[in-house]
Amino acid sequence: MFKSFFQPEAAKRVAMAAGQVVPDSSRCVQCGICSYNCPIGIDVRRHAWENEPVSNSRCLTCGECVARCPRGVLRFERTNLFGDGGK
Amino acid sequence: MTRYVILGTGVAAIAAAESIRRVDATSPIAFISEDPHGYYSRPGLAYMLTGEVDEKQLFSYRPDDFKKLNAHFYRAEVTRILPGEKIIEATPNLRIPYDRLLVAVGAQAVRLKATGCQLAGVVKLDHMEDARSILAQAKHSRAAVVVGGGITALELAEGLSARHVKVHLLIRNERYWPNVLDEAESHIIETRLAEDGIQIHFQSELAEILGKNGKVAGVRLESGAQIRCDMVAYAIGVAPRIQLAKDSGIACERGVLTNEKMETNLPDIFAAGDIAQVFDPQTGRATIDSLWTPAREQGRIAGANMAGGVETYIKAVPFNVTRLGGLTTTIIGSVGTGRESDMVGIARGDSETWRQIPDAIITQSGFEVNRLRLMIGEKHILGAIVMGDQKLSSPLETIIREKVDILPIRARLLEKNAPLADILVHFWAGIAG
Repeated sequence: MFKSFFQPEAAKRVAMAAGQVVPDSSRCVQCGICSYNCPIGIDVRRHAWENEPVSNSRCLTCGECVARCPRGVLRFERTNLFGDGGK
Repeated sequence: MTRYVILGTGVAAIAAAESIRRVDATSPIAFISEDPHGYYSRPGLAYMLTGEVDEKQLFSYRPDDFKKLNAHFYRAEVTRILPGEKIIEATPNLRIPYDRLLVAVGAQAVRLKATGCQLAGVVKLDHMEDARSILAQAKHSRAAVVVGGGITALELAEGLSARHVKVHLLIRNERYWPNVLDEAESHIIETRLAEDGIQIHFQSELAEILGKNGKVAGVRLESGAQIRCDMVAYAIGVAPRIQLAKDSGIACERGVLTNEKMETNLPDIFAAGDIAQVFDPQTGRATIDSLWTPAREQGRIAGANMAGGVETYIKAVPFNVTRLGGLTTTIIGSVGTGRESDMVGIARGDSETWRQIPDAIITQSGFEVNRLRLMIGEKHILGAIVMGDQKLSSPLETIIREKVDILPIRARLLEKNAPLADILVHFWAGIAG
């Protein structure tokens, strides 16, 4: 468990594809880098302002917003779509 | 009907208006500000300088949001607040009555006072116009000297460096940001800056800015040394813009004094954001935070109370996330050593509580890019700096904020070369279930 704790984000991106992007609005300053880099134009920043997960069904969970945010606002959270697969 | 007037258009101002609209859909809300750009992400200016985001992206409010707010925006300079008559006077020729007033005009950069500071090419990073000016000048500049020891100075250095300007960073102390960072942390940042081509001049103070034909041509240091440059960028602290409030009889110290409901000493006048010096019943002191998240929260509370609610602002554990030398860094709680010779006032992205020295032991672990420092008290973790990997910063914030009893792990944390991250992950897993 702990070896994987500091794995690079890129490796996680694949593993966490069955999930959603969750903001921590207390870290966010609304700079908009997330929305700017979203390949399909989701206004991720708005979700961070409202402190709500990016629930948009179009979200590819590509990880661009998570990786680009300079303040660590965004993280992946698994949605348990596949039963035990969520663990 | 209640007439709401809000001075300022920053995040505290917008949060207040959103808060008012949650309970009062129809009363008029008027914003008054001389800022031609209105509401945008001021912290985002740093990323506009590096080119990670473009200017228009910093404006997060869409037409639809403004429609929902249903407010009137006056672009005007407020000249007087008349608390007796409940009138705001502004130029040109405006007299706007209010029933509830919010003063949220923020803070501004402390001006550099050095010979040559009026020369073309001397810049600061306070607002959108400054950022535009820096970018325009950077196009024609080969070298810049950056003066100041805090986060904004680094943002200037990194922004200019990203624009291919050779940067010289002047630091008064023997290392970077000694009042918040420890030696190892300073060293990490300094090394990374050097890798980016930023040259740090330690224990260096600006003596004068040298000019040629009204333009910056270089600087002379106190040591007598000279550096050639086309730009001088400074960030030596920020100061709340209190003059207008002071002249109107609103009680001020360094900021506008408010109680925990964000009320000033005068009836129906509230203050929030970078200008507010908010009383904290827990410590019995009034402090200023120059941070986005507290500003938003203060604005939200002020707005709720202006609309008749009774909400109190509870000062959170000081918490800031920033990027230092390209490294995401979270500073939580009390971590500093109390020295502040590089700062006038407090730095943007800074909080006064970080400087207070707790009765604590410092322990640390990690390596260059994932580093963790904890301030460990008798029973609690009092503060932490998380550099690089941020997975622990959210759990740590909770542990610090909730004053979680750490006795079960305290002895192990204090062992020599203790694997702090692993101990904390185990501990957190136990708490979080």
